[in-house]
Amino acid sequence: MKRAIFTFGMAIGFGLMVAPATAQTLKAVKDRGSLICGVSQGLPGFSNPDDKGNWTGLDVDYCRAIAAAVFNDPSKVKFSPLSTKDRFEALKAGEIDVLSRNSTWTLSRDATYNFIGVNYYDGQGFMVRKGLKVNSALELNGASICVQTGTTTELNLGDYFRSNSMRYEVIAFATADETIKAYEGGRCDVFTTDVSQLYSEKLKLAKADDHVILPEIISKEPLGPMVRHGDDQWFDLVKWVHFAMINAEELGVNSKNVDESLKSNMPEIKRLVGTEGNFGEQLGLTKDWVVRIVKHVGNYGEVFERNVGSGSRLGISRGINRLWTKGGIQYAPPIR
Amino acid sequence: MKQALPGGPPRVAVHNNPKVRSAFYQAVALVLVLACAYAFTVNASANLRAQGFASGFDFLGNTAGFGINQTLIDYSETDTYGRVFVVGLLNTLLVAVIGCVFATILGFIIGIARLSPNWLIARLGGAYVETIRNLPLLFQILFWYLAVLGTMPGPRQSIGLGLQPVLSAIGDGIAAIGLTAIADGFRSLAAWIGPPDIYLNNRGVILPRPLLGDGFEWVAIAFGLAVLLAIGLRVWARQRLDATGRTFPTGWTAFGLIVGLPLAALLALGVPISFEHPQLRGFNFVGGLRLIPELVALLFALVTYTAAYIAEVVRGGILAVPRGQSEAALALGLRRGLTLRLIIVPQALRVIVPPLTNQFLNLTKNSSLAVGIGYPDLFAVFAGTTLNQTHQAIEIIAITMAVYLAISLITSILMNWYNARTNRRFER
Repeated sequence: MKRAIFTFGMAIGFGLMVAPATAQTLKAVKDRGSLICGVSQGLPGFSNPDDKGNWTGLDVDYCRAIAAAVFNDPSKVKFSPLSTKDRFEALKAGEIDVLSRNSTWTLSRDATYNFIGVNYYDGQGFMVRKGLKVNSALELNGASICVQTGTTTELNLGDYFRSNSMRYEVIAFATADETIKAYEGGRCDVFTTDVSQLYSEKLKLAKADDHVILPEIISKEPLGPMVRHGDDQWFDLVKWVHFAMINAEELGVNSKNVDESLKSNMPEIKRLVGTEGNFGEQLGLTKDWVVRIVKHVGNYGEVFERNVGSGSRLGISRGINRLWTKGGIQYAPPIR
Repeated sequence: MKQALPGGPPRVAVHNNPKVRSAFYQAVALVLVLACAYAFTVNASANLRAQGFASGFDFLGNTAGFGINQTLIDYSETDTYGRVFVVGLLNTLLVAVIGCVFATILGFIIGIARLSPNWLIARLGGAYVETIRNLPLLFQILFWYLAVLGTMPGPRQSIGLGLQPVLSAIGDGIAAIGLTAIADGFRSLAAWIGPPDIYLNNRGVILPRPLLGDGFEWVAIAFGLAVLLAIGLRVWARQRLDATGRTFPTGWTAFGLIVGLPLAALLALGVPISFEHPQLRGFNFVGGLRLIPELVALLFALVTYTAAYIAEVVRGGILAVPRGQSEAALALGLRRGLTLRLIIVPQALRVIVPPLTNQFLNLTKNSSLAVGIGYPDLFAVFAGTTLNQTHQAIEIIAITMAVYLAISLITSILMNWYNARTNRRFER
């Protein structure tokens, strides 16, 4: 019921809004003194609160990077945990400034919102109990499958089973916690979501070793932050925070050596850290915007390793999320 | 000095005429409301267009693409959002109708139990009401779902609740004391029913699916005939009562007719029913009927919760009938059962029906809490998944509101009609 009131309230608010919100987000954020960032309700590695209420994760670090670029202070972020069901409405209604919540970039979503880029290339997979002795997703005919509602996952699942002429029973829950709890309780044989999320949900299971992630990847799930339509300045700013982190990694600028890089003579690095040109100002930021991001949060590689990579509990290998120079597909346009 | 004006009432200016004034103010209020609604619509659609959102109801014809685990009509991923809406609506109505029926039965039993002169029964009824109505409903739904149904074994360790093992055990028992003919009867009945057919596991309750054979329509016809006969009987009995003052056991006769006639037809046709038995294959049972645990948990929670309120409504209604009414009836020589049926219940119903309507409406609306356990009701699959896939919040929320409003209004109309009918008896 709460959700109904929430959504309905937004519909009303939307109707009463006198003028469409345009080009005001950066000013609103500065006036407010903090960024409001929509995140998940708890997904280790991407956005997860600890017992003191501090949020960490790859998606969270993107919010912190934006706050660092705007305020030179990565702590000036208010996190708004959203279910998959409520996330877009919250963005649409202006409750949040940016949605950094492991959301898949699709055409229909891009037609109504703006994706700023891909901060994690993911794909959908399946997790089952080892006891079922299933080795391939093609052996799942007749299985009961737990899925989170309102996701591309739900649609991919339908496509996959339909194209392989297999039957299945889907049980759709509103939150990730309800979904994984139902799977753990035995309501379903299979839990399906993006592979990154499978790894992180697996950590929450009481006997993580009793479960296995099947080899099939059934979909493309490029995950990335989103902003509202109609504010190009804010769209560019958030997009270039993402590109700055990738460029910093490519140029070898990280949180430890960023101060030394200010003395660098390399033209590309000079443009990156703002000792040459006024690139930050073109975005409505300061010249040292990248220094702020990298010093407080780190470059893309650092953020990846710390949250989901080998330096984290998830231990996911970089895979296709490596830079294009290292055999992956992470690539950013140049700062010039 | 003023003098009374000759002839007719005093004339007043048009703007001082109370009738004109009240009509004017009402018209102004109506215009304001309509203007607000118009501004709201225009503004919302302009804002939506400005931000590039589609509006309108065309999305109902698009392919949904997601699966639903309980559908009362045929549904697959290739069907449209419009069909998703119907599937969700039927699932909501299923819970609402079954829930209201069982909540009423349970509520009446508990309400009467609370009035029982038996100390233990009254206290048990009171404890039930006070416990159940003081716990949040969502908590109770989760309790039934996670703590009760969630602890059932997996499909491969299902609990079999066969009628067959029970019947053959009875048969064996009877054979042991020498009544071979009766024992054989039980055994052949067990054999006819077949292997265990009801299973309980964490995927729900699995039952055999009855398959109706040729000639079953005669049973349905017999049933319809019995109902018509029962109605005719009632009319005749009432007329006879008015004419001669003699009563007729209408209830029992009607019951006998409605059960007996179809049963006779069934036996005459050689029982044209067979059962499709569920079989464990692969991950789960194949065949048979399955009640998903989400439905069972939701119904249990809604029925027990609403019954607690209905019990109080019933208790209040019965207590509202003055004591003198039953004393007078007993003094006239009416038996206790007749006193209850003819004197107390009709008067109590006048008090019970309006608040009972409230409880039916509450149950229907509370069924949207299904979203907490993944039961695919209207709110979950339409105002939830469909909204999320199509991003058409205003249209979907408007449709959903209209549907809940329509269900509630229809319930109200039916109950008000019943209430008016109940009250008419007192005006005769």
